[in-house]
Amino acid sequence: MNKFDLYTRRRIVNAAGLAVSVLAMAFGLFWLCWILWTLLEHGLPALTSTVFTQMTPPPGSNGGLLNAISGSLMMTVLGTIIGTPIGILAGTYLAEFGQRGWMAPITRFINDILLSAPSIVIGLFVYEIYVVHVKHFSGWAGALALAILVIPIVIRTTENMLRLVPSTLREAAAALGAPQWKIINFVTLRAARAGIITGVMLAIARISGETAPLLFTSLNNQFWSSNMDQPMANLPVVIFQFAMSPYEDWQRLAWAGALLITLSVLTLNIVARVLFRQSVTTH
Amino acid sequence: MPMFSLEARLKRQAMFDLLFRTLTRLSAFGVLALLAAIIFSLVVGSMPAIHAFGFGFLGSSEWDPVNDKFGALIPIIGTLITSGIALLIAIPVSFGIAIFLTELSPRVLRRPLGIAIELLAGIPSIIYGMWGLFVFAPLFAEHVEPWLNNHIGTLPYIGPFFSGPPMGIGLLTASIILSIMVIPFITSVMRDVFDVVPTLLKESAYGLGATTWEVMWQVVLPYTKVGVVGGIMLGLGRALGETMAVTFVIGNAHDISKSLLMPGNSISSALANEFTEAVGELYTSSLIELGLILFFITFVVLSIARYMLYKLGQREGSYT
Amino acid sequence: MSTETIANPKVFVKDLNFFYGNYRALKDINLNIAEKMVTAFIGPSGCGKSTLLRTFNRMYQLYPKQRATGEILLDGANVLDAKQDLNMLRAKIGMVFQKPTPFPMSIYDNIAFGVKLYESLSKHDMEARVEWALKKAALWTEVKDKLKQSGTGLSGGQQQRLCIARAIAVKPQVLLLDEPTSALDPISTAHIEKLIDELKEDFTIVIVTHNMQQAARVSDYTAYMYLGDLIEFGETSTVFTNPKRKETEDYITGRFG
Repeated sequence: MNKFDLYTRRRIVNAAGLAVSVLAMAFGLFWLCWILWTLLEHGLPALTSTVFTQMTPPPGSNGGLLNAISGSLMMTVLGTIIGTPIGILAGTYLAEFGQRGWMAPITRFINDILLSAPSIVIGLFVYEIYVVHVKHFSGWAGALALAILVIPIVIRTTENMLRLVPSTLREAAAALGAPQWKIINFVTLRAARAGIITGVMLAIARISGETAPLLFTSLNNQFWSSNMDQPMANLPVVIFQFAMSPYEDWQRLAWAGALLITLSVLTLNIVARVLFRQSVTTH
Repeated sequence: MPMFSLEARLKRQAMFDLLFRTLTRLSAFGVLALLAAIIFSLVVGSMPAIHAFGFGFLGSSEWDPVNDKFGALIPIIGTLITSGIALLIAIPVSFGIAIFLTELSPRVLRRPLGIAIELLAGIPSIIYGMWGLFVFAPLFAEHVEPWLNNHIGTLPYIGPFFSGPPMGIGLLTASIILSIMVIPFITSVMRDVFDVVPTLLKESAYGLGATTWEVMWQVVLPYTKVGVVGGIMLGLGRALGETMAVTFVIGNAHDISKSLLMPGNSISSALANEFTEAVGELYTSSLIELGLILFFITFVVLSIARYMLYKLGQREGSYT
Repeated sequence: MSTETIANPKVFVKDLNFFYGNYRALKDINLNIAEKMVTAFIGPSGCGKSTLLRTFNRMYQLYPKQRATGEILLDGANVLDAKQDLNMLRAKIGMVFQKPTPFPMSIYDNIAFGVKLYESLSKHDMEARVEWALKKAALWTEVKDKLKQSGTGLSGGQQQRLCIARAIAVKPQVLLLDEPTSALDPISTAHIEKLIDELKEDFTIVIVTHNMQQAARVSDYTAYMYLGDLIEFGETSTVFTNPKRKETEDYITGRFG
């Protein structure tokens, strides 16, 4: 009898635990759906063609987000272009040259910390070393802050992906007498290409939604500007200012921008994952 | 083979080798230099505030731009409280989701559901902020806060934390939104470390007749304890530094209040709100010192997180 | 320790020792490799046969904490000498691995990759060289219409022949084969064994294999190793039919290993 009781209790605990786990899963999905639904509900009606053709307006008049979209694109692209090569090189060092000595383990540790460091501090840092000295906010400063966010992500994925390359491939190239730079550039990095591209895409996804580091660097610009040396409009900061404002038409534009950003970030995320999966299964 | 042109070629290759190796090493060194530069620039930027207030800065709750008197206590407390409550909510939920995804989910659903949870981390934080301000906070004020006031607010001891005008924005709202944001991070680490557990170990427990819950609780969790704590610390690191979502809903009040329903402030939201408008050297410098404090706290938390995850990784290495 | 006299030695191994950190994986190995013959290393796993093979082209240098002492003479120069240029050495000694290792590039580029390291050939000469190597490796007829396709798309046996073609395209003097058929099906294995027989007209071949029948089929000389010691070395026919040492006989007859 006692044995039976114990068994029943165990089964009840198990069922309760598992039910809670299902609830937790539902809880997580619930927020995702709610947030996405809200975005569609407020964003879709606001997403008119003028959003893509007109500049950010003063309160009370019609306008769009064209200057913010172009500014975001320019800074994201530049930040990626600056950050990616440095990240790939440093990741290569960690994976290919870093077996001996103190430098690789410490760099890896610091990089992992920078990977999750508060992005607003990166904004402060760029403000301190750049904006203070040139005495004005600028697109360059924004791109620099984004590049600093890109570097640790690319380093991490590059190292991980290079480690997945079987060492026999390196040995085979070395057995032909290939010098190390050739082995790495023509064989190992090529073999890891798909994974590294995934990492870069995830980095782009991450920085295209970043607001905090841009607040102190590129700030905002109400007008069209393709001059990187001037304050530059960008979607996240515009969304922030417009959403916090009391004007209804500004808030509407903020929703449109929010929908745009989220859609592009989530698309990047999903495409990156699908690409990576494909490359893994075909190799 | 034409030997002598070959020798020149080999020499050139050796030079390229050296060049390439130096280039990668310099880039890696750049990461260390970056950290040093961040710390250095923040310290230099905080110097005026450090000179003016010394250690008193940490313990003072004054924030008076008009009279140039600043203290970090309120934002520090706000940061710690919101992150702490966020973890309280996020840890059990993440654990549940991780169990679901590793043990319970049907195989076909595992991947899409896993991606869905990861997408939660992909949503930019400003979106959480907007959604929190326009959608979540009004509902929270209308339905949840009055209930909290009437039921928990009347209890002894913990009552005062849950009483106050139902405004929607405040510390508790910020904490809840933060918790949603860190759930995917903690879940992802938990899933990774649960995968580390040798299948044989789990199978031998199942073989004894253990239930799924018992296997998770008594075999998997003890085995991965270090990694799980590491994952939680990683989530904490995220929560501490999160800016935009908090800025929208925390209320930005430099007041100290017992109630979690009242507006407060966190380090990052104070920075986001005030930095570009700060006038005067001391004001700016005090904000930079806030940034330095935030960087210091997250640095410590993330170091512990990484250390614990490395420890788990090492053990895994010794098993295989 | 047997030191059979060999008619026409190409490589001389003298007092070779090898260390993984403090662990001594090869103990005073002495043997000679005959020119344009096939020499096989056999023995149970962990006996050091692959380690021995990998000292010939100093592959171990990719990894920290591995080192070799003693002498390996090729053309009168010590391979293990620190002054020996590694890339130069590897141009003379080609290697093929346990698993096929096609580089992530086209079939043509896979083969041209090694050649370009040492020679600046015209486009026409390079095409001729690629064709020559693929023909030598008995792969030409199968791939001549898809040279621009990725090498990773070939079957396992084809990939391994591609790797052999890549190794011989550099025109090495010695070819090291590290269990080249262990990942292949029986038909592909037969292909490769036939190929080895043809290749020894041009190259000195050293093969490591865990398959004794394979050693008996393809090699002229056989070395039996156990726990880092060279137990017996001699002509394959002698080693297999009339081994001098009891341990060798036990292993070959399957009583052990």
